[in-house]
Amino acid sequence: MIDTLRLTAEEGARLVREKEVSGAELYAAYRAAIDERDPELHCFLHVCEDEGGEGLPIAIKDVIGTKGIPTTAGSKILEGYVPVYDATVIERCKAHGLRVLGKTNTDEFAMGSSTENSAYGPTKNPWDPTRVPGGSGGGSAAAVSAGLAPWALGSDTGGSIKQPSALCGNVGLRPTYGTVSRYGAVAFASSLDQIGPVARNVRDCAYLYSIIAGRDACDSTTVELPAPVSLPEGDDLKGLRIGVPREFNDHEAIEPGVRDAVQRAIELCRELGAEVGECSLPHSVEYGMPCYYLIAPAEASSNLARYDGVRFGYRSPNGGDRLEMYERTRDEGFGEEPKRRIMVGTYALSAGYYDAYYGQAQKVRTVLAREHADAFEHFDALVSPTSPTVAFKLGARTENPLAMYLSDLLTIPSCMAGLPGLNVPCGLSEGLPVGLQLIGPQFSENVLFRVGYALETAFGFDPVPTRLR
Amino acid sequence: MSNISREQLLHVARLARLELRDEEIERLGAQLNDILAAVSKVSELDLSDVPPTSHPLDVVNVWGADEPRPCLSPEEALANAPEREGDFFKVPPGGSS
Repeated sequence: MIDTLRLTAEEGARLVREKEVSGAELYAAYRAAIDERDPELHCFLHVCEDEGGEGLPIAIKDVIGTKGIPTTAGSKILEGYVPVYDATVIERCKAHGLRVLGKTNTDEFAMGSSTENSAYGPTKNPWDPTRVPGGSGGGSAAAVSAGLAPWALGSDTGGSIKQPSALCGNVGLRPTYGTVSRYGAVAFASSLDQIGPVARNVRDCAYLYSIIAGRDACDSTTVELPAPVSLPEGDDLKGLRIGVPREFNDHEAIEPGVRDAVQRAIELCRELGAEVGECSLPHSVEYGMPCYYLIAPAEASSNLARYDGVRFGYRSPNGGDRLEMYERTRDEGFGEEPKRRIMVGTYALSAGYYDAYYGQAQKVRTVLAREHADAFEHFDALVSPTSPTVAFKLGARTENPLAMYLSDLLTIPSCMAGLPGLNVPCGLSEGLPVGLQLIGPQFSENVLFRVGYALETAFGFDPVPTRLR
Repeated sequence: MSNISREQLLHVARLARLELRDEEIERLGAQLNDILAAVSKVSELDLSDVPPTSHPLDVVNVWGADEPRPCLSPEEALANAPEREGDFFKVPPGGSS
């Protein structure tokens, strides 16, 4: 009997390698878990059949193109779209023997923080199905926490890997910009989008990152890793300097239970031998959100221009000439959030407003990058809560787009600077997971894995949702 | 920042090729005003001496060899077309912008 709630990818690989279970048995165990729990949770938009092989299964966020497997990006405008090629990350997973279990739910075009913007209905949080799993990658995060997949791929533009991992209690990495190919992924905001791993623990997360990372000739923004990924082993933090940025830890939006759990984690860093000090990034939290919500919609308005009903995806059947066909296709095919962002982005890029909005936001982006670079003169990693709150109730923020945008208050700033970020669960508040965010300089993934692993070992956090134990 | 007018909203929607329905125009207009008011915060900072960042990495001019590689066949490229005629994507005629 395979307990998919507790099995790590590392242990699963060992079981198959030593022929204690077959690849088919392993795949079937996850399919059985999906059949049992996904009707309630709705993590998957499409589930695949086992095509044979001995590799581990993996769940894929539905913004990543998979040859022969429907890819919707959570949008009606891509309903029925079946890619004719694999994204580079999928090719790399397959080259490693991994087998696609299915495609996971996401806010439409990865635009959202709760998965409620999916055109196919929300995913529920496995710790409490009346609450959101976070977003946009709520399907991948909830699937891993509910034992429906040993690990998963997500994508992160302003927090879409880290924040759902925090709300579901697992480990998610947003890699350094440029270390993972975006070829074959549905584009949202190209200067921010990154694909990354979601796993039950830090070692699995690091291992999956090692499979997908590295330069790809098909994505000219990618670079080779300066050093190979090293799987973390040590249980101390000696010789490391950990910074506690005041604005990220004292913000009024942070719930007391979240603050307490993160404070205990910071104490633990000290006990494990790290040198811990306070620092300040005065503009990052205050200006990160407005900066992001100009740059991301501006890039999205351009990227989403391709959905015109001509080459793939939905076309409105409601007649008219070509221009009307474009406009009706887009009005009927896009949901509310993509429309809002297309409108904001188009406005911010339009004649007469460009300098005041988009141009100014690009300068703010420089300020945020410089602030982080200054902090890394003194520290190897920065810590804060990943999300200011634990998982919120379904529907709580859907009526007010700005309230939803604030969910990413603490994850956005480092994304603007292209920095890697790791979410590690650090405890519970009101019975729900609290996520610790670790931010490092560009290409510092190995340091983040080391810190995350030592803390994870010391926390002894049980990643299985209480109600499923 | 001043409120976005109905005319401006319709102009932007036209630029974005979105045919908004009446009930959408009203709701989107109000939401857009709230969002624009919030993001206008970026204008508080005097950044006249700060260069813009368009990309987070210092990567410029990536060159590749100009060598033919396998690519999609016409059948594959047209596989998801809403409508085709022979080896072409088919669209309705005309329309003025």
